[in-house]
Formats: sequence, C-alpha cells, structure tokens
Amino acid sequence: MRTYECDVVVVGAGPGGSVCAQYAAEGGCDVIMIEKRQEIGSPLRCGEGISKAWLDEIGLTPDPRWISADMDGAIIVSPGGHRFKLDESMAGNEVGYVVERHLFDKELAARAARAGAKIMMKTSATSLIMKGGEIAGIKGISFGEDIEIRAKCVVAADGYESQVARWAGIETKLKPSDIDTCLQYRMTNIEIEPTYCEFILGSAAPGGYLWIFPKGRDTANVGLGIILSEIQKPGDVKRYLDEYIASDPRLSKGQVLEVMSGAVSVSPPIDKTVMNNLIVVGDAARVIDAMTGGGICHACRMGKYAGEVLSKCLSTGDFSKEALMEYDVRWRDQFEDKLYRNWMAKEKFRSVSDKVLDDIVLAISEANVENVNVYSLLKVIKDKYPELVAEFEDMI
Amino acid sequence: MILDVDKCMHCGACVGSCPFNAIFLREIILEFNDSCTRCGRCVKVCPVGAITMEDDS
Ligand SMILES: Cc1cc2nc3c(=O)[nH]c(=O)nc-3n(C[C@H](O)[C@H](O)[C@H](O)COP(=O)(O)OP(=O)(O)OC[C@H]3O[C@@H](n4cnc5c(N)ncnc54)[C@H](O)[C@@H]3O)c2cc1C
Repeated sequence: MRTYECDVVVVGAGPGGSVCAQYAAEGGCDVIMIEKRQEIGSPLRCGEGISKAWLDEIGLTPDPRWISADMDGAIIVSPGGHRFKLDESMAGNEVGYVVERHLFDKELAARAARAGAKIMMKTSATSLIMKGGEIAGIKGISFGEDIEIRAKCVVAADGYESQVARWAGIETKLKPSDIDTCLQYRMTNIEIEPTYCEFILGSAAPGGYLWIFPKGRDTANVGLGIILSEIQKPGDVKRYLDEYIASDPRLSKGQVLEVMSGAVSVSPPIDKTVMNNLIVVGDAARVIDAMTGGGICHACRMGKYAGEVLSKCLSTGDFSKEALMEYDVRWRDQFEDKLYRNWMAKEKFRSVSDKVLDDIVLAISEANVENVNVYSLLKVIKDKYPELVAEFEDMI
Repeated sequence: MILDVDKCMHCGACVGSCPFNAIFLREIILEFNDSCTRCGRCVKVCPVGAITMEDDS
C-alpha cells in the first residue's frame, strides 16, 4: 500500500477545504488535500449566490472568470405575489454575485496549490488511522488503489455528507426539521430581471423557499428547498419545482440545461469543531445560515481561521484539542450568534401560513428599512408579529 | 433499501441525512452498510425519489 506523510491532510476540496489548505500551506504546513470527485466544483450542488462583504477577508479579488452575474439587489416575493424589491442601497452587504462554482472552487484550490498544497483528485477518505487512541491520518482509495495518508492533523471539510467527523465520534446528525432537501434547474429562455436575485416564499416550497438566481439575460438557477419534515412522498421536491415552473408564465416556456440536487443543513452549528488532531470546517460542521441556506462564506472564513491556527500549531508541534480550540473560539466569535438567531427565526417561520407571510412581506416593504438584512427585517416583524419572535427577542 | 441507479444524482443528500451513518457515497456509487435500520429517512430526503424500501414497491 502506498503511504504518504504530511503535516495536515484536508478531506474535501470545496471552498472550506481549499481556503484551509491555502492558509495552512502559507503558514508553512506540508498539506495534502484530497477530493473524491474527478473535478473540483463539479457537479454543481449550489444556487451560486454569494454576498460581497467577506471576500476581502480571505484576500479574494472579484474576478470576471468566476463571476457569472453582478447583482443590483434582491426581490422577495410573498405567497400572494407581492414583490418587495430591495436595491443595493438598501441591501448593501447582502447583495452580491451569482458565481460559477466550478470556476470559483477551482480558483480557491489553485490558490492552495500556489501556496504549496498538494492536491489528490479521485481520492476518497474511507476511514481514520488511529494510533494509540489518537487520530493519525486517513485511509482512502486513490484511483482504485488503497492508500494511507499519515498526518499530524486531519481537516474534515467533506461538506454536507460530513462523514469524517462522525468517524471521529463527533455528532453531526440532523433532525428532519433541520434538513432542507433541494432541487435546481439551470433554465434558459426564461424572462427574469437579470440583476436581481428572487426569493419566493410560502407553500410553493414548504418550510424553505424557491429561488431564481440570474446567470445572464435569459438564464438562471431556478431551484427550491423544502424542509424534510414537510415532505409527504418521495420525489415531492421535484414535483413542487415542476409545478411552480408550470405555474409561472415567465418560466414555463424555459428549457433546462442542468439538473442539480442536494441537501443543506438548516440547524445550529455542531457543539465541537475540534478534537485532538482533528478540525471540522464548513458544511461538515453544519455552519449554514438557516434562513438563507448560504454556506460558502462561512466555509471560506472557517477555512482561513483553521489554516492560520494550524500554522501556529505547526510551530509548537502541538495539535491537541486545547491548541486547536483557538479555531473554535474564533469562528464562534465571528458568526455563531447570527447563525443561532437565524436558526431560531427559521424554526418559527417554517410553519407560518401563506396569509401571515403575505402580511409580513407587506409590512417590511412598507417599513422603509434603510439597511436590509435578516436582522433588520426581524426587527420590523417584531413590531407587527411580536409572538413570532418572542422566544429570541433578546437577540434582535 | 433499493436504489434506482437511473434516477440517482450522486448528490449525497441521503448520506448526510442518515441518522445511523449507514450510507456512504463512493464517488458515484451509493453503498448501504449494516447500520441501516430501514427508518426510511433517505427515501423521503432524496430530491428525485431514487430510493425505495424493499417491500413498498
Ligand atoms: C441546493 C443547494 C443550494 C445552495 N445554494 C447556496 C447559495 O446560493 N449560496 C451559498 O452561499 N451556499 C449555498 N449552498 C451551500 C453551499 O453549497 C455550501 O455551504 C458550501 O459548498 C460549503 O462548502 P464546504 O467546503 O464546506 O463543502 P462542499 O463544497 O460540499 O465541499 C466538500 C467536498 O468534499 C468532498 N468529499 C466529501 N466526502 C469526501 C471523502 N470521503 N473523501 C474525499 N473528498 C470528499 C466532496 O466531493 C466535496 O467536493 C447550497 C447548497 C445546496 C445543496
């Protein structure tokens, strides 16, 4: 069996894994990143919407090669069809780009490579190597061949599947009400507003929402997520999406260029993201905004923090839980409160009726909120429907 | 569990949703292991309805 030795082995070359590999390699770590697929960023599992505010933090300059469309704003559509249009001046930080994930993810991986990380494609981690009760690397299959990668630390960046953390005994199990199951079509020959991301609320997508994220003049990602606890019959997700498209004259003549399915966690983050010789990053740690389902920004920022802390650990030679804890503290400081608040909000909103949602969208569109984000919208809702936000009032 | 390989999109939705860690996606091959309790969660979570229980055909 072929064996490899390195300081850090990163499992998964998504945004979280690649940014972690980059920062760890820049900090002097000898890094191997493995990816089980044959192409980074493909097949697509994403609506491809990102905000702009955080790109600076990971030192990523917007590049037309991976930007598909630059947004001017967002439109929130109530179940009854009321359209609340938010432009950039109102939604500044939340507005962003629709990207090409297959190019975006490759760019992040290329940055890791430039920093010195080695990348092994078509290589799956299948279990952990344990030595004296401690994690000492991963076992895997690379191009059909059994391999071992011995490392001082393993980074679990394996996305929604989140197997590596579970092998280590970290609980990443989800409740049915904390899972959004999704289907998306890349549609063309449709009528859209090419610089506005659209979010359609209500019973068209029970517990979740339907999105139209533009990718050009007449092309967009049209998808939806439904909360698992609302699914009645297998295949419901596809039925809901097909029904909505048939009912919307802007879309009904469109054709599908690509089909994509997947699931997102809409739960609070896991309780621990470090243990001796192991770090959990991004979707694998269930770090997703439960209101929007957005996770790219969190995965990237966690990747950076993880890479920086790993670099420090390299200099002391200490990859213990205590040493890695700095990473856990840092990402929680940055966004745990917001994630938790948005999860509480999702818990409340997933079951409200179309009628109440109509009232809420009307209320927020009339409220003249200056800087719109989930937080300010919740504040408006607090005035009109205090009972909806009562349980997490102190977070608003 | 029965997987309809003609429907499966290899998206991993069932893998991350399985409460017993009984499913593993080997690139594009879905494997069920002995921890499966036939709870049926994967049947519902599959966005395209590719998984069925043996006896509910
Ligand atoms: C339908 C859908 C729509 C979404 N839309 C958006 C959106 O519009 N905006 C947004 O911000 N977020 C969105 N998300 C969430 C976003 O895709 C994730 O948050 C983001 O990709 C997380 O990055 P990550 O690096 O943690 O994991 P991933 O990007 O999932 O990367 C994990 C990688 O690990 C690999 N891997 C898994 N297991 C192994 C193994 N055993 N061995 C080797 N490699 C392995 C996988 O192949 C994958 O490449 C969406 C998700 C879904 C499902």
